[in-house]
Amino acid sequence: MSERITRDEVIHVARLARLELTDAEIDEFTGQLGDILEHAADVEALDVGDIEPTSHPLPMSNVLRADVRRLSLERNEFLAQAPAAEAGQFRVPPILGEEP
Amino acid sequence: MTGLHEPTLPAEWELVVGLEVHVELATQTKLFCGCANEFSTEPNTNVCPTCLGLPGSLPVMNETVVDFAMRLGRALGCSIHPSVMARKNYFYPDMAKDFQTTQYDQPTNRDGELALADGTVVGIERAHIEEDAGKTTHVGGGGRINDATYSLVDYNRAGVPLVEIVSHPDIRTVEHAKAYVSELRDILLAIAVSDAKMEEGSMRVDANVSVRPVGSSELRTRCELKNINSIRSLGRAIEYEACRHVDLYESDEAPRQETRHWDEDGGRSTAGRSKEDADDYRYFQEPDLVPLTPTPEQVAAIDGAMPVLPAARRARLGELSAVADDVVATVVERCQDALALGAIEAGADADKVLTRIQNDLAVDDWSAVTGQTLATLVQMESGGELSATQAKQVLADMAAGNHGGDPKSIAEARGFEAMESDALETLIDQLINDNPDEWFRFTSDDEGDRKKMQGFFTGQIMKATKGQADGRAVAELLSRKSAG
Repeated sequence: MSERITRDEVIHVARLARLELTDAEIDEFTGQLGDILEHAADVEALDVGDIEPTSHPLPMSNVLRADVRRLSLERNEFLAQAPAAEAGQFRVPPILGEEP
Repeated sequence: MTGLHEPTLPAEWELVVGLEVHVELATQTKLFCGCANEFSTEPNTNVCPTCLGLPGSLPVMNETVVDFAMRLGRALGCSIHPSVMARKNYFYPDMAKDFQTTQYDQPTNRDGELALADGTVVGIERAHIEEDAGKTTHVGGGGRINDATYSLVDYNRAGVPLVEIVSHPDIRTVEHAKAYVSELRDILLAIAVSDAKMEEGSMRVDANVSVRPVGSSELRTRCELKNINSIRSLGRAIEYEACRHVDLYESDEAPRQETRHWDEDGGRSTAGRSKEDADDYRYFQEPDLVPLTPTPEQVAAIDGAMPVLPAARRARLGELSAVADDVVATVVERCQDALALGAIEAGADADKVLTRIQNDLAVDDWSAVTGQTLATLVQMESGGELSATQAKQVLADMAAGNHGGDPKSIAEARGFEAMESDALETLIDQLINDNPDEWFRFTSDDEGDRKKMQGFFTGQIMKATKGQADGRAVAELLSRKSAG
């Protein structure tokens, strides 16, 4: 229905998020994502010239903590919960490469 | 692999380099949690739910990081801006959260510059706050990532605060690239925000390299070089990469935009991943952290507390002395300029002070030496109470704190007494008498013979005086005697 997002773009985004989608799902999400983008375009049509842009939903800024050490976790405790551990480290399957 | 011919860029091509420098900040704790920010040989000992990315944990910004980052920004002449943190999404187990928290479109520091010692100015695009990743070790297949059977992950470094300083592609020579990193390191040390050790990874340099024909202003495809562990290595890597690009262009090919891994032993770069689009990282604002909005008062306080930076310190010593620029640069780099100024103020000759420091005070701990004692030492040498060799030995004792660091007591304890020039002359006359053949050769026209015999006589004199004779005085006397 909408040309706001293509099927290929949906496949690309799904790959970035490591989602395995069936052909039917790709079609379905292409439609749904298009609808969402369509809605964003509706909002874009509003005149917001007088409104101060907000960069964050929370009415707060500069929430900071003092640079003071706190106790770290006991290593045995969390490594025991990991799927695999070795020599005090997390053991993970072979890494194919660093990519988004 | 030394001794191999290093490639050089042909004259009709120009180098275009921008540098990205990651600096680990010397805070007590990590960026978003209270785990110790310290190197530990024992893996996974400085970790907590936040830096392990466990569900339900929340980051809280370390105030010292913000202070250090702004201090660095101001030292580089950046303007300070309100900022927000963002998530950079990627799948790699060095970040347990599957994203790195960083500043993206609203960094704290923007638009600065760094002036090199020769006056060249390199623009700084931004200096932003971000977190470091953990460390992976690949097991099996010779430790290479592509052949490994599995990997081990240590999260001690995950969440350690970094500032990434991104330069404009303003650098045109290898020497300038090296000078940029060296100057940046000196600044980091001067403002005390990092220990800035490339070899230990607390300062990491990535170089974006491209080339273009001289006279052109285009920006061609660049490659990003990683794994550069020293300033020397940076120079080699850039030179190699630039020549690789030229070779490609000259054979009607073109480099492709990618990250490349510098192999220091092999002296070459190898292809890594192709450079992804920023879109692929799906940056979005970090919902768990609120904006940072520094006030003008905060920025003014940082400016007010800014120490004198290396460039100004070099200029000050340069005004006071006539020694070569690299002597001044070394003294400032070792943070020995305050000592030098103290000695000069106490009345010692500036050139002699700087030369003595540069040559003979390359030690880790010289805290026992003061401006006053150094001035005394230099004056003793100038006044002929000590030979150059003796002055060197006395200074070593001073640095070691022997005899309370007092040069006069040290000289006395070592039995250094000024060798009167009369005594020296008598000794030389004696040697000439005892070695007539050698003396004949010294006075001959044969330059080689003359040099050899100069060495012979100087050696004999040093032996007879147990090294206490002043080498310059010996040379002068020998030359006077051979002339007369």
